[in-house]
Amino acid sequence: MTNSFADYLNTDLFFVIGSNPTEAHPMAGAKIMSSVMSGKSKLIVADPRRIELAEKADIWLQLRPGTDIPLLNGMMHIIIKEGLHDKKFIEERTEGFEELKATVEKYTPERVSELTGVPVNLLYDAARLYATTAKAMLCYTLGITEHICGVHNVMSTANIAMLTGHLGKEGCGVNPQRGQNNVQGACDMGALPNVYPGYQAVVNPDIQAKFEKAWGVKLDNKLGLTIPDMMDGAVEGKVKAMYILGEDPVLTDPDANHIKKALTKMDFVVAQEIFMSETAKYADVILPGASFAEKDGTFSSSERRVQRVRKAIEPLGDSRPDWWITCEIAKRMGYKMDFESPRQIWDEMASLSPIFAGINYDRIEHTGLQWPCPTVDHPGTPILHTQSFSRGKGLFKAIEHIPPAEMPDEEYPYLLSTGRILYHYNITTRFSSALDAHRPEEAAMLHPADAATLGVCTGDKVRVTSRRGSVVTKVNVTDKVMSGMIWMSFHYRETPTNELTVNAFDPISKTGEYKVAAVQLEKVV
Amino acid sequence: MPTVTLTVDGQQVTVPKGTTVLEAAWKAGAFVPTLCHDPELSKPGACRICVVEIKGARNLPASCVTEAAEGMVVETASPAVVEARKTILELMLDNHPEDCLTCHQAGDCKLQDYAYFYNVKPGAFGGEKKNYEIEDDNLFIVRNMNKCILCGKCLRACEEKQGRAVIDFAYRGFKTKVATAMDKPLADSVCVSCGTCVAVCPTGALTEKAMIGQARKWEVEKVRTTCPFCGVGCNFDLNVKGGKVIGVTSNAAAPANGRDMCVKGRFGTDYIHSPKRLTKPLIKKNGEFVESSWDEALDLVASKLGEIKTKFGSDSIAALSSARCTNEDNYVMQKFMRAAIGTNNVDHCART
Repeated sequence: MTNSFADYLNTDLFFVIGSNPTEAHPMAGAKIMSSVMSGKSKLIVADPRRIELAEKADIWLQLRPGTDIPLLNGMMHIIIKEGLHDKKFIEERTEGFEELKATVEKYTPERVSELTGVPVNLLYDAARLYATTAKAMLCYTLGITEHICGVHNVMSTANIAMLTGHLGKEGCGVNPQRGQNNVQGACDMGALPNVYPGYQAVVNPDIQAKFEKAWGVKLDNKLGLTIPDMMDGAVEGKVKAMYILGEDPVLTDPDANHIKKALTKMDFVVAQEIFMSETAKYADVILPGASFAEKDGTFSSSERRVQRVRKAIEPLGDSRPDWWITCEIAKRMGYKMDFESPRQIWDEMASLSPIFAGINYDRIEHTGLQWPCPTVDHPGTPILHTQSFSRGKGLFKAIEHIPPAEMPDEEYPYLLSTGRILYHYNITTRFSSALDAHRPEEAAMLHPADAATLGVCTGDKVRVTSRRGSVVTKVNVTDKVMSGMIWMSFHYRETPTNELTVNAFDPISKTGEYKVAAVQLEKVV
Repeated sequence: MPTVTLTVDGQQVTVPKGTTVLEAAWKAGAFVPTLCHDPELSKPGACRICVVEIKGARNLPASCVTEAAEGMVVETASPAVVEARKTILELMLDNHPEDCLTCHQAGDCKLQDYAYFYNVKPGAFGGEKKNYEIEDDNLFIVRNMNKCILCGKCLRACEEKQGRAVIDFAYRGFKTKVATAMDKPLADSVCVSCGTCVAVCPTGALTEKAMIGQARKWEVEKVRTTCPFCGVGCNFDLNVKGGKVIGVTSNAAAPANGRDMCVKGRFGTDYIHSPKRLTKPLIKKNGEFVESSWDEALDLVASKLGEIKTKFGSDSIAALSSARCTNEDNYVMQKFMRAAIGTNNVDHCART
């Protein structure tokens, strides 16, 4: 997030696109709900589903799945046509405006309405409201990123924010609410194939030399594999072993049958887990990790805030903190990692990573700190890009519409989209007795017109079949989804939705297109 | 910033203009009880327990909704003030169950604290008592409306903090009650079980179901930590007794969320003690997982990874790190892959 959660209270307009925060990020959602309800802020929601926020919105843009780029281009077309763009900001802080202008010129309201399904008058209303509200905050989540054009979708959100000068200021910004508790931190720590901790490139020889010196070993200077490439590599026989920490790709990665094939093919799979996940079942060795309540450490939230995780109880049974387990394996392979505590690990990391150099356990005892925080007297950074962007000037990217990889056709006539529900969090909450009792099974959302065609009512079962797999689910008949669409969560091992999703990825981010797949539906009697 | 100076219990105190008499009195170190007042919520001035005597005022104003003024002379514990507070408490206690011995909230109950402080006992008025059925039919929150003192913090928090307004005052007079639309149980309402109402309730009217009967309030050790679910980064207190996490309560100092949480953070961490937790290393032998010692499992992993590295090269090994684990776990994992295995094949679910 460029801005902070506290800043949600300062904005006059939320533009929420591809995000369902009242379910997936409830405390972000609550801030939006209460601000809108009190009359402090207005709300524009762009979402194919009539999510809870859509019902509270001043303007709801019910776009067809996978048409975010045309929608944003269309809004920018109107903003430029009507002279509502922030000329001073564009002049001083950005470059590439002419290219952007030439591209969005082609996205007339009429054409955009045809592509997205959003009425022309709502395009005008939304464009004018976003452009003319001084404090306007754009929030997005996986509805933007989980497409084959995810990176371009993200760039489009940056385009419209820069076009209107809604960046680097209080109550503004482009704010992706991150999915997992520590997905920000896992990226920050260099659990990525292209960067060391602190986003330092593995291909940079100076950086490589720094880490070689610190770690006392020769390091590899070529990019590693991303998860989809690892799985492909395993199926092809190139990747022979995998060490899987706290992750369940069988249930949560797209095209689950491909993942199972990869896990079966490898010579050796280690799963470090707290539960017997669907993935752990494929392991040769399972190492029992400790839960967050049983270890010290830190998580980094969406707003780049590093906060303490504190040990409240001893690790259950014979389980061990994950860092300890990994260090033990390293030691037994002849590489010494003699950490005695998470604090010591953090300090080593911070000493090698300029953006975290000013953060230590003493400083984050009470409220955490938001990076970048380069020195111990730096107060942290609640708002990014206040003076300049990372590359200096903000670069507009002229972006054309990229349709989803697989759209409904005669054979697979329905569009499947997926996401999270309020009462579950990926797979872990299935092990919470209260939450699981409250929502024990999948309830796929299906439009009444489609339910009538199929002859099903709420609580009936349908078989959902894609080119990759087939699952059975109960349905919840509701007009919160559009006709022709079925929406499912991915929390249930009994209804493994990701056996259906498409094995197609954004070429840059390698993020799967979870939001669009073509399926058949049939009633299960 | 313009300020005003007033006298509280004979002591001068200077506060920014706009400060309430209550806040000024607290600043001066005076004890002023509150029930309906909450610094983060709107101020109805409903319960009157915070009344004070202000020189020249016709009556005893509620200090929480009275603005401090220049030259004001305030008494926070005059006989008239104490008598008024005692009467309010007497009225409340005579319409309140006398089950402090077994009440889950005992030890963390404002009504109990103030009754103790002012030495107020039930029986001053007698009369009719509320007699609602205890609402115990949802999985998360138990509502005992007999213990509700109608402070209204729950419904203000629901509206102002969560933006929902699921509950409000219903009925009139003695029958006034906090209720959902049509006075249905929470389970049949649009309530999303975030439990923010529980967090602000000053009595035992609203309690976390799973914690009832687990521990007295004073036995609980609170350990502040960060939520393990979504990326908002809410902080809360794990409630620990006897080496077991018995539940979660809010911590007002949490930077992203204050006392507000969602159903998962407040009620979903019982997975920690799930009987399905893995607690022993397991090695697959003939297709079945068999328990092993740490030494056996770690030696096997180290030797197998070593063999594969030697035979097929470092890049034949890959790791998935975890967006659910700590920064420190992730740092160690990527260092292990880069330094011990010798490959950059480390990734996690940020992209999938």
